[in-house]
Amino acid sequence: MRKIVIDPVTRIEGHAKITIQLDDDDRVVETAFHVTQVRGFEKFTEGRPYYEMPSITARICGICPISHLLASAKACDAIMSVRIPPTAAKLREALHCGQIIQSHALSFFHLSAPDLLLGFDSPPERRNIIGVLEDHPYMARDGIALRKFGQQVIEGLAKERIHPSWIVPGGVNAPLDPAVRDRILAGLPEAKAITRRTFAFFKSVVDDFPDEIAHFGNCPTMYAGLTDADGGLQLYDGSVRFIDAEGKVVVPAMPAEDYGSYIGEATLANSYLKAPYFKPHGHPAGIYRVGPLARLNVATHCGSPEADAEFAEYHQRFGKVVQSSFHFHYARLVEIVYALERLEALLDAPSILDTHVRARAGVNALEGVGIAEAPRGMLIHHYKVNEAGAITWANLIVATGHNNLAIGKSVDEVARHFIHERKLSEGVLNRVSAVVRAYDPCLSCSTHAADQYPVEISLLDADGDVLDRVRS
Amino acid sequence: MPSQITVRIDGVLCTATEGQTIFEVAEANGKVIPSLCHMEGVSPAGSCRLCLVEVAGVDRLLPACTTPAQRGMAVTTTSDRLVRHRRLALELMFVERNHVCAVCVSNGHCELQALAMSLGVTYVRYPYNSPRLPVDVSHPRFVLDHNRCILCSRCVRVCDEIEGAHVWDIGGRGIGSRVVAELDQPWGDSQACTSCGKCVQVCPTGALVEKGYGVEEMTRSNSAVARLAMKKGAAS
Repeated sequence: MRKIVIDPVTRIEGHAKITIQLDDDDRVVETAFHVTQVRGFEKFTEGRPYYEMPSITARICGICPISHLLASAKACDAIMSVRIPPTAAKLREALHCGQIIQSHALSFFHLSAPDLLLGFDSPPERRNIIGVLEDHPYMARDGIALRKFGQQVIEGLAKERIHPSWIVPGGVNAPLDPAVRDRILAGLPEAKAITRRTFAFFKSVVDDFPDEIAHFGNCPTMYAGLTDADGGLQLYDGSVRFIDAEGKVVVPAMPAEDYGSYIGEATLANSYLKAPYFKPHGHPAGIYRVGPLARLNVATHCGSPEADAEFAEYHQRFGKVVQSSFHFHYARLVEIVYALERLEALLDAPSILDTHVRARAGVNALEGVGIAEAPRGMLIHHYKVNEAGAITWANLIVATGHNNLAIGKSVDEVARHFIHERKLSEGVLNRVSAVVRAYDPCLSCSTHAADQYPVEISLLDADGDVLDRVRS
Repeated sequence: MPSQITVRIDGVLCTATEGQTIFEVAEANGKVIPSLCHMEGVSPAGSCRLCLVEVAGVDRLLPACTTPAQRGMAVTTTSDRLVRHRRLALELMFVERNHVCAVCVSNGHCELQALAMSLGVTYVRYPYNSPRLPVDVSHPRFVLDHNRCILCSRCVRVCDEIEGAHVWDIGGRGIGSRVVAELDQPWGDSQACTSCGKCVQVCPTGALVEKGYGVEEMTRSNSAVARLAMKKGAAS
C-alpha cells in the first residue's frame, strides 16, 4: 500500500492538499481533500457592532469580497428588518454582476485556460497564464481585458476594486454617478465581444476532452442555487431551490432564515473545511453542489436573450441536468453572458440614478440571515445580536464549503480513473488538481481560514511512507 | 496685564504673551506641531507625547502643549531626533491596542492614521500586543471601541470642561488604563451623560463613534466644539 500527496494544489484560491491511498496492487483505496487553514472570523467578530460585519467579513477574501459584502449586508438588513430602497437593491446587483464577470474571467482565463489550451499534460513550467500568453496571446489578452472590465465596474460603482465600503446595511452609501454609468455602458460592447469570441472558441474545443468530461466529478448529486419565483437564474436575490440528480425540485424556495432545517454541517477529521449536507438526506448521502454548474441546473432560464440562447444550447449539448464538474467551465461562460446582459439592463433603467439608496434603522430583530450567490456558489451569512447591536454569534457557510463533499468525491473519481501505475505522472496529478480547479474553490473563504503552498499530492505506501510527492 | 515676551521658534523670533505654552505660540505663528491630545478650548494633557520639542539648553525633550514659553527660549519643532521620537510614540500606540484601519469606521478620517502617514510610519518594529478589549455598544446613539482608544483624554476634558457632565474618566493603571463612563459602568447606563456627542466629535480615532456608521463613514467636526469652548471662555 502506498499514499500519494498533492500539496499544494495550484491555481486555486487558498491552500489545499490531496492524499491518495493505494493498495498493494496500486489500486486507489481512498482519497481525501484537505483544507489546511483556519481563520476564525466567526469567533473574533463576536462583540463587534453588527453594521461593521460587511466590511470585516469582506476581508475573508480578495477575489470575491463583494459576495461577502452582499450576504453580510443582507443579514444586517434582516436584523434591521428593512426592505432596502429598490434602487439600492439594483445597484447592489449591478455591482455583483461586475464581480461575477471578473471572478469568472479569472477562473476561466488565468487559472483553468492553461489546462484547457495548453493541455493537461503540457510541461508544468509553461502551464500558466504566461504560457497562454505565449501560445494564445489574443486569448490571454481577452481574459485580462474582460477581468479588467469587471473590476472597473466594481471600482466605478463602489469606488474601490477590492474591499469597498459602498455596500452598507440598508442599501449602499452613495447613489450612482451618471458619468460612471455611461463609462460602464461604453465598455460593455467590447466585454460582450470578448465573451462571444471566447465562447465560440471554447465550444470548438470542449469535445476534445471526452475523458475529462466523463470522469471529472461526473456523479449524480443534488444541486442548490438561488432562483426567482419563476425559477429564473438569480445571483443576488431570490430564494434557494434544491433539485435532485434527476432535476426534480426537492425544495422549491427555502426561506433564508430556515437554512438550518435544510443544511447540516459535518466536521471532517482531515480538513479544516466543514462539509455541509442536505439535512433531510443526512451525511454523507445529502451531498449537493453549488456554483455555476448547480445554478444552471436549478434554474429554468436566465432571463436575458443571449444568455437564454446559450442556456438552451448548453442543456441541449449536455442534458437537462448536467452532472460533470468539467462543465463548470462552460456554465461559467454562460453566466458571464448573463451578467453582462443583466448589468446592461440594470444600468439602462433610468431609476438606477435615484438618490434614495439607503434605509436607516436600528436593531429590530435579534437574528438575521443573508444569502447571495458568490461566483463559486451559494454564500450564507447568519448573525445573532443583542438588543444593543453587538454580534453574539455568527455562522458563515461559503460556496466552497457546500461543494466540499462533491470536491472530495470528484477527486476520488479522477484518481481512480487516471492513476494506474506506481510512479505518478505529473499530468495525472494535474488532472487531480484540475478537477478541484473546475469548482473554482476559494479555500481562503471556505475556512474563513491557509499556508505557504497552494496544493500538494503524496503517494503513501501501506506503512504510511511517502513514495512519491508532487508539489506544484 | 501679562507681559509680552520674545521666543525663538525654529530660528524665527516670535512674540508671545507670558503664560502661553510653546504650542500656542507656535500655532499663532503658523508653525504646525503634531499632536493627538491637544485641543483648542480645553486644558492641555500632555499625554500623547507627539508635540515634543527641543529647547536649547535642556537635555530632555519637552511637550510643547504643557511647557510655558519663557523669555529668550530657543525652540526647535522639527529635527531628525524629534521625528524619531514621534514615530516611536506612534508605533507604540499602534502596537498597544487593535488599530485595524482597514475595517475601522474612521478609516480615512482618523488623526492617528493621518499623522502616521505624514510621519512615514509604514511599519512598526515591535510585536503587537493584541489585547482582547470590549466594544461598549450600550449607548443608544454612540459606541465606545476600546480597541481604537489611545487614551488622549480629549473626551474626558471636553465632557468635564465644556459640557459640564464629567461622564468620562481614565480608570485603571498603566497598560490596563481604560476610558470609563462614570464609575466604570456601561455607557448606556450613565445618568450624567446628556448624549450631546461632544466626546464623539473630538475623538481623534475610531474609539468614540456614532452608532450605525459603517467602515470609513465616520467623519467629525471638532471645530464646532472649539467654537463652543470659545463662547464659554468669553462668558466666564
